Parts: sequence; structure tokens; C-alpha cells
Amino acid sequence: MSPAELFAQPFIQRALIAAFFTGLAAPAVGTYLVQRRLSLMGDGLGHVAVTGVALGLLTHTSPTWTAVVVAVFGAAVIELIRERGSANGDVALALLFYGGLAGGVLLTGIGGESATHLQEYLFGSILTIDVTDVIITMVLAAVVIALGVGLAPQLFAVSQDQEFAKVSGLRVRGYNLLVAVLAAVSVTVAMRTVGLLLVSALMVVPVATSQQVARSFRTTLGGAMALGTFASLGGLVISIFASYKATVAPGATIVVLALACFAITWPIGSLLRRRRRLAEPFPVDPVAPVLHEECENTHDHQHGPDCGHLAVEHGDHVDYVHDGHRHAVHVDKAGARHYDEH
Amino acid sequence: MPVTPIALSGGVVAIGGRPILRGINLTVEAGEFVALMGANGSGKSTLVRALTGLRPLAGGRLELFGTPFDEFEDWRRIGFVPQRTGATSGVPASVWEIVASGRLTHRRLFRPMSRIDRAAIDDALEVVGLADKARDGVATLSGGQQQRVLIARALAGEPELFFLDEPTAGVDLPNQYALADALGQLKARGSTIVLVAHELGPLEPLVERAVVMRDGRKVYDGRPLAHADVHAAHHESPYALHVDHAPRVVAPLESDQADVR
Repeated sequence: MSPAELFAQPFIQRALIAAFFTGLAAPAVGTYLVQRRLSLMGDGLGHVAVTGVALGLLTHTSPTWTAVVVAVFGAAVIELIRERGSANGDVALALLFYGGLAGGVLLTGIGGESATHLQEYLFGSILTIDVTDVIITMVLAAVVIALGVGLAPQLFAVSQDQEFAKVSGLRVRGYNLLVAVLAAVSVTVAMRTVGLLLVSALMVVPVATSQQVARSFRTTLGGAMALGTFASLGGLVISIFASYKATVAPGATIVVLALACFAITWPIGSLLRRRRRLAEPFPVDPVAPVLHEECENTHDHQHGPDCGHLAVEHGDHVDYVHDGHRHAVHVDKAGARHYDEH
Repeated sequence: MPVTPIALSGGVVAIGGRPILRGINLTVEAGEFVALMGANGSGKSTLVRALTGLRPLAGGRLELFGTPFDEFEDWRRIGFVPQRTGATSGVPASVWEIVASGRLTHRRLFRPMSRIDRAAIDDALEVVGLADKARDGVATLSGGQQQRVLIARALAGEPELFFLDEPTAGVDLPNQYALADALGQLKARGSTIVLVAHELGPLEPLVERAVVMRDGRKVYDGRPLAHADVHAAHHESPYALHVDHAPRVVAPLESDQADVR
């Protein structure tokens, strides 16, 4: 089958639509999770959702819906444990996560389903997605994106500083619950694309990539959504082409592609951060005069914007930093020129 | 006649059943600049947290702007600067974005920002002297500059009453002067300011009234004191040693009983 024929197939088109919506929605929520330093929450919800899928298989109802219900319930419990802020919070979360995974495997066995059926959800099976599931994915993803982007100012404030948000009159508990529920919903949305065990990657890795180069929250959010879409569509297309030669799982390809993006941007990000740190202006005390020593003008060149030495702002002048010195040009009253060592 | 911003009578706060604040009466009139002072653990930060509703009162009655606290909804009149060494989180945020979140008390859900909102944010950045850093990531700023960002955030909501919890803690001297300058401008605009401070430093000329806390009680309320007076002499208890609330654990066969209080 030629590539053109392949992409004309309805099942490929359904997969592309699902990948597009998943890639857009998952990082929209993931950004808030990373902001709260809860990057692994998506992973935990993925584990809990396994029980939901197994319940669906056992009762012969749509596993997507049962997964949504169980994951939302799990998210509420996690949020409750987190809010109480007890020292054993992370142990309680671990119990919940492994309980979810074990419960799922157990229920699948009881229901007489083979493990391969569950595996579709664990590792994703985007190419077998049917029309109903595509529509559910689209609707849920649209809800997640609308709330995640539309309520961005409020969610940003609550995730940034809960106490301030509370004194601003925001219903902090409600917004916390909303983020948890949105995370649960996007986990189930992404479950068919990358699978429950890799869900968190699509929520977190694009954010980690985007924040390497971004300076503001908005660019981080926008960049993460763009990168998530690129990774999930790109990974899907790569896996389709690669399938001529070998068995390539789309879910894993998507995650590997997202990680590759991170691997490329990380050195750029650390270089940018290093340069920004070096160019940080030196502090000036408004009361006390700046201490300095005069030093001989023994340089082989005059310091200036083009001399190649690091120029750092220092109050009303510029210090040139080289070999552990901070030199500022100083012209005294007689017109003679020397350097001040600051 | 402006309404009284803060009226607390008989305020009690208990944490884990242990009293932290006892019977605090505090009234702050509009336009006052009050410093809450005292040693670490004296309850000064807890008092601010109780006044902002972050710490529930176990007893007593709190009114903000003449409204009982439980019915108080007018949050845009209050600006809060939390005790914080940094303003960073897991995701980069620009100075402008942090300050913009102080504007939420004026914004409705799902509505874009109005021109008035943007003007208020720019004005707040101007007051704390960080207008040229608006687009910078907040993580790249120094601790003192981050503290000024948090003040600008409270300022952006154009509140009448400011609470600042240790705004000068861990802030270098140049930034303390910048901070004092910003607070001076607020005072000139007629804002009511309540701040918690261990030491006043450059803020000293601004403070009109000092409330000194010790052991969860108000022990002084009046003209600001010199630093030495807050911590010494007539506020010191006759017992030279500080007695903990925690029951002291002593082994029953302790030999050195003379030392046990």
C-alpha cells in the first residue's frame, strides 16, 4: 500500500484526529501540574484509571467512560490527601496508585478478558480507535483545553501562590479540584493514544521542553501545547511509515519523539540560563559609595561593547569582567583615563 | 468618615489545641501605618494570617471594613504580600504575569484584560521600580527584587488595606530602600498598611504605630520604639528564661533536678 493510499484509510485519519486533540490537551493541564511540582500526578492517575478500564471490560460498558469516572474519583481522593498535607501524603498516593494498577489487572482476570485487551489501554492502540471513541476524545479534549486556557489567569494564580489566591477571594479548593479533575480527564483522553503507562509523558515532557527556552508562563503553556501536538502527530506519522519495515508502537514513538525534543532544547536552555546569570547587573547600594581601587591601564585594548569581554551593568556604568576582575573605564578631571577595579 | 479597616476584639488563635494568640484587641484606622513587631514565635505573623482569614479564629470577633469576616466578600479592598523568600514555581513566569495575577479581584471569569487592568499593572511595576524588568522571568531576579514583585502584585489590585508579612526579611539593603520608597508612595496615597517586621531598618521613618507582640499577647501599642526597647528591659518578663509551651520531658530519675523549671 502506498503512503497516499494509507493516509486515505479512515482508521489512519481517525488516529490522526485523536492524536491531534490528545497532543493539544495533555500539556494544557500538564503545565499546571508541573507548576505545582506534581509532575508525577498524571502517572498516578494513569495507574488508577487502569481499574476503571477493567471495570468497563468486566461490565461490558465503554471502558473510556468508566476510566473517566474512576480517574476523576482518584483525582479527588489525591487532592483531598494533598490538601490535608500530612507527612505521609506521598505514601498514601503510592498506595492509591498501586492499588489502582493491581485492581485493574485483577478485575481483568476475573472478567475473563485476556491481558492483551487490557494492554491496548496500557500502551495505547490509536490505530484501532473507533468513531465513538474519536468523538469522545474530541469532546473531552475540547473541554480540557477550554477550561485550561480560558481559566488560565485563575489557575495560574492558584498554582503559583495558594495563600495569595485565597486572600484574593478565589475559591482555592475548587480550583485545586478542577486541576485534578482536568488531569484525570486528560489521562483518559490520552489513554488510547499513548497508553495509561505513558500518559504522564505527554503531559509533562512538552512542558519541560518548552520551559527550557520560555521566560513567561504564557509562552510555556503555548509552547507545550504546540510541542505536544507536534510530538503526537509526528510520532504517529513516523510509526506509520516505520511500520513498512517493523512493528513500531505509535504510543512509544510519540513519547520518544517528545523526549528527543527535550534532549535538543535542554543544552540550549542551560546555555541561555548561564548567559543570563552572567549578565546579571551588579547590585548598587544607594547610600554607601561604590568601593573601588584604581588600577594601571595595562590593557592591550580598550574595553568597550565590542571587546568581547562580558559587560555587566553596575549602577550608572558598565563593568567589564575578565580573569576575575571587574574593570570600569574612568576618566578623571584632568582627562586622564584609567580603570577602576570594582 | 472612612470605615475602620480592621477591628479585632478578643481574637484567639489555637494551633493543634495550643493557644498561639490570646485575647488580641486591635483596631486599625484608615490611613494608619502599623508595624507588628516582636521576637520569632511571638505570634506576629499568625496575627496577620488571622486578619487575612488564612488562619481561622478560635474565638473573638473580626470585622474588616465594618463587615463581619464571615460575610466579607470585598477582597479587592485587601492586598496581601505573603512571607516568601522567592516567587518562583515549577514553571517560568514573567514579572508581568505575577503582577497581573494581583488584578484577578477586578476581573471576571473568561474575560480578557481591560485597558484599566493593564494600566494598574504598569503603575504597580512603576511604584516598585521594576517597570524595565516586566518581561523578565521572575526566577532571574534577586530575592529583594522578587519581594518587590510580590508587593507590586498586591498593589495591582488597588487595595485600600495592605498586609505585608516580613517584607524586609532576607532582603539586601539597596532593595530595602527601594521597598521603603514604594511603601512611602502607598502611604502618601492614603493606603492603610499593616506590616510584620523583625527589624524596621529603612522603614523606620514611615511607621506611625508599633504593636509589639510577645508570647501571643499584645504587650505594647503606641509610638514606634527604638529597636533595643522592643527586645529588652520593660517588656521582658521577670523570669529571665524563656518558657516553652511544650511540656518539658524529664526523666523521672534525673539527677540534676535543680535545673528543671
